[in-house]
Amino acid sequence: MAGRAQPVSAWPGIGAAGFLALLILGTLLAVALRAEAGSGLGRADWAAIRFTLIQATLSGMFSVLLAIPVARALARRRFTGRRVLIALLGVPFILPVIIAVLGLLEVFGRAGWVSTGLGALGFDPIRVYGLHGVVLAHVFLNLPLATRLILQGWQEVPAERFRLAAQLGCDGRAMFWLIEWPMLRRILPGCFAVVFAICLTSFAVALTLGGGPKATTIELAIYQAFRFDFDLGRAALLSVVQLVLTIIAAALALWLSTGTGFGKGLDREVRRWDGATGFARACDGAWIAAAALFLMMPLAAIVLSGLPRFIALPPAVWMAAITSLLVAGMSTVLLLSLALPMAFAIARGGRGIVELAGLLGLAASPLVIGTGLFIVIRSVQADPFALALPVTALVNAIMALPFALRILVPSARDVVERYGKMGLSLRMSGAPFVRLVLLPRMRAQIGFAAGLAMALSMGDLGVITLFADPDIATLPLQIYRLMGAYRLDDAAAASLLLLVLSIGVFWVLDRGGRRHAEA
Amino acid sequence: MKHLYFAAGFLGATAAWADTPELTVYTYDSFVSDWGPGPQVEEAFEAVCNCDLNLVGIEDGAALLARIKLEGASSDADVVLGLDTNLVTAAKETGLFAEHSVSADYDLPIDWADPVFVPYDWGYFAFVHNADMAAPESLKALADSDTKILIQDPRSSTPGLGLLMWVKAAYGDEAPAIWEGLADNVVTVTKGWSEAYGLFLEGEADMVLSYTTSPAYHLIAEEDDSKAAAPFAEGHYMQVEVAGKLAGSDQPELADQFLQFMVTDAFQSIIPTTNWMYPAVTAEGGLPDGFDTLVTPAKSLLLSPDEAAAARDGALAEWLDALSQ
Repeated sequence: MAGRAQPVSAWPGIGAAGFLALLILGTLLAVALRAEAGSGLGRADWAAIRFTLIQATLSGMFSVLLAIPVARALARRRFTGRRVLIALLGVPFILPVIIAVLGLLEVFGRAGWVSTGLGALGFDPIRVYGLHGVVLAHVFLNLPLATRLILQGWQEVPAERFRLAAQLGCDGRAMFWLIEWPMLRRILPGCFAVVFAICLTSFAVALTLGGGPKATTIELAIYQAFRFDFDLGRAALLSVVQLVLTIIAAALALWLSTGTGFGKGLDREVRRWDGATGFARACDGAWIAAAALFLMMPLAAIVLSGLPRFIALPPAVWMAAITSLLVAGMSTVLLLSLALPMAFAIARGGRGIVELAGLLGLAASPLVIGTGLFIVIRSVQADPFALALPVTALVNAIMALPFALRILVPSARDVVERYGKMGLSLRMSGAPFVRLVLLPRMRAQIGFAAGLAMALSMGDLGVITLFADPDIATLPLQIYRLMGAYRLDDAAAASLLLLVLSIGVFWVLDRGGRRHAEA
Repeated sequence: MKHLYFAAGFLGATAAWADTPELTVYTYDSFVSDWGPGPQVEEAFEAVCNCDLNLVGIEDGAALLARIKLEGASSDADVVLGLDTNLVTAAKETGLFAEHSVSADYDLPIDWADPVFVPYDWGYFAFVHNADMAAPESLKALADSDTKILIQDPRSSTPGLGLLMWVKAAYGDEAPAIWEGLADNVVTVTKGWSEAYGLFLEGEADMVLSYTTSPAYHLIAEEDDSKAAAPFAEGHYMQVEVAGKLAGSDQPELADQFLQFMVTDAFQSIIPTTNWMYPAVTAEGGLPDGFDTLVTPAKSLLLSPDEAAAARDGALAEWLDALSQ
């Protein structure tokens, strides 16, 4: 592949990946260099590493395994409200963790809806705190992402394949082994790696749902090293452990992710002839209903607690909402300018390094990146507070990059394979190829990635707390401030506003991308 | 907003504008928030100082100290406001703080004579519960009961560390036994105060670790008297919040002026209903209505900064041991 003429250059992508690696490793180095002689990893740190590995593996596994039937059902069925449902299913993923935890516990907690319901029927309340609680919360947060990624895999199977299979009289089983299983083998490892990496850096969710210090994760150990012991060396060391674990997971995923896809179709609308039996319909319906119920109940809890004070939200919250939209917009532009060249470079084939660099953003501890950036910015005599918003936007973009790549790469790869030769034969390569062929053909994926990035950035507290300027607050920061001032009702209302805005920006960008396409 | 200030500076530049000295105060985030004391304090101080007070919010007390350590002698801060006695020794060890010149008649339950740090408010840690519940009457009774509690992680939260010191101050070497007793009461441990308090209001537990002043918020701001703090027989551990001047400040006189201002009525009268703590010096008109309904512990517990610093790591190890079973 490497020697073949290609319509797009790999260099912008390699440049973007290099920038990313420099930023993540550079900030890590900045923290390490600032460290005085500290202690190495202690017994407690190893326990944290062990727990983190266990919970992230289980969370990744369950998220992906449960996402398969849900995505399959969504891929096979067409029903009114399907698009709305798919959009809503994505919401838990973009919530700030504190809100997600409160919503989740309002449903599954000791005094939650489920326990209350069980109590009314004479049963004991469920015990949600523990390793299973951590996994439950992580599945709640990541099932939507896993479902979307797998669903996308289904949507990339050309309609002709299903048509042919149907003509050959394949039933559900045969369809699964001939078409769906090879697709899954290609998609699942990467999907697992992404969820694994997200859960690796979990802190507040793991601690709260884990029920106590048993559930200490690496990220909490990093936090402790920074705040409690001021041992920057140990913080940097733990951050390296996080990076290495993610790289191992990603390398395994790349290696396991075999198969070459299904080639090209004529972009017809996908129609399915399998799964028409009553049993299959019932199964699909049950999976969709179960997932919707599981994901929607905590959202309903958030909406219900937010409604009473929603109208009376103070102006400071609305100001913060505008700031957040601004930061998220900036972040999305930054993200696309990093992710698109990287996706093109990966699409040319054999660029595992670029793909890996993309995943680093997930594995890097936000606290370490933020602190490192702070050290670097101060060392060049710039004012960290003046840079609060751009830095927050940049870090948010880096955190969203791995997701964006997962979304963009498959379709970039298809377009390059399919139209690359034609482009070259027309002596069209470089910028015209990107502008006239790549970007238009990837519109749906670009819209999805941009929507996800913007929504994620809206909901992420990010590094703003390290750079906080008293005159500038983002919406998540304002929510934390309301909570800190006992105003939990207002905080709930502000959370609802955040929820609405996040869904809004996601919806607009995602739909904008696939204006004429079938989702 | 910044741009407007710059524009104003360029367009209407006068000597008076350009010469206004700026005092930078690092504090925790909830102090500077729109609902904290920050906005009122800024207005009150700027009315008397002929200066620009720049309040910078940085998460919580521990993060504040970490930030000062990170910035070292080149810090832009002139004053750091928001450390507590658990952090004072570590703060002094940095050698970055200078002695103050403040004298005041403090209304603290303990004597205060620290040459470097000036207290501005204080409170008692306490378990808050719904008023209609019969609460345990001591830490020991709580440990023996099956009352469910929410606490914060001492590694990431000031109240969490406060509880560690509370048990240590009350029980010394027997603290591990108390923690073992408490382990089965703990529903969960949260990263910070907000999560725990939020979960408590959702009904996840019977009690939450907070302050004796917490019911005052509900009473005064929400006219809701359904929350109460449980008085414990062992006494209650105190949190004394302090501020100090940095040796590297380029505005030492202004910093002194701010610290002195901090213990006057103008500042102290803002504290009770914004920071929901007791003022270090009670203002002329006394405490706001509603504060008289709060429980007053029979005994105040507080480890000296040096004792607290010495006890910290051991107490954390005991806590981790007991709760990781």
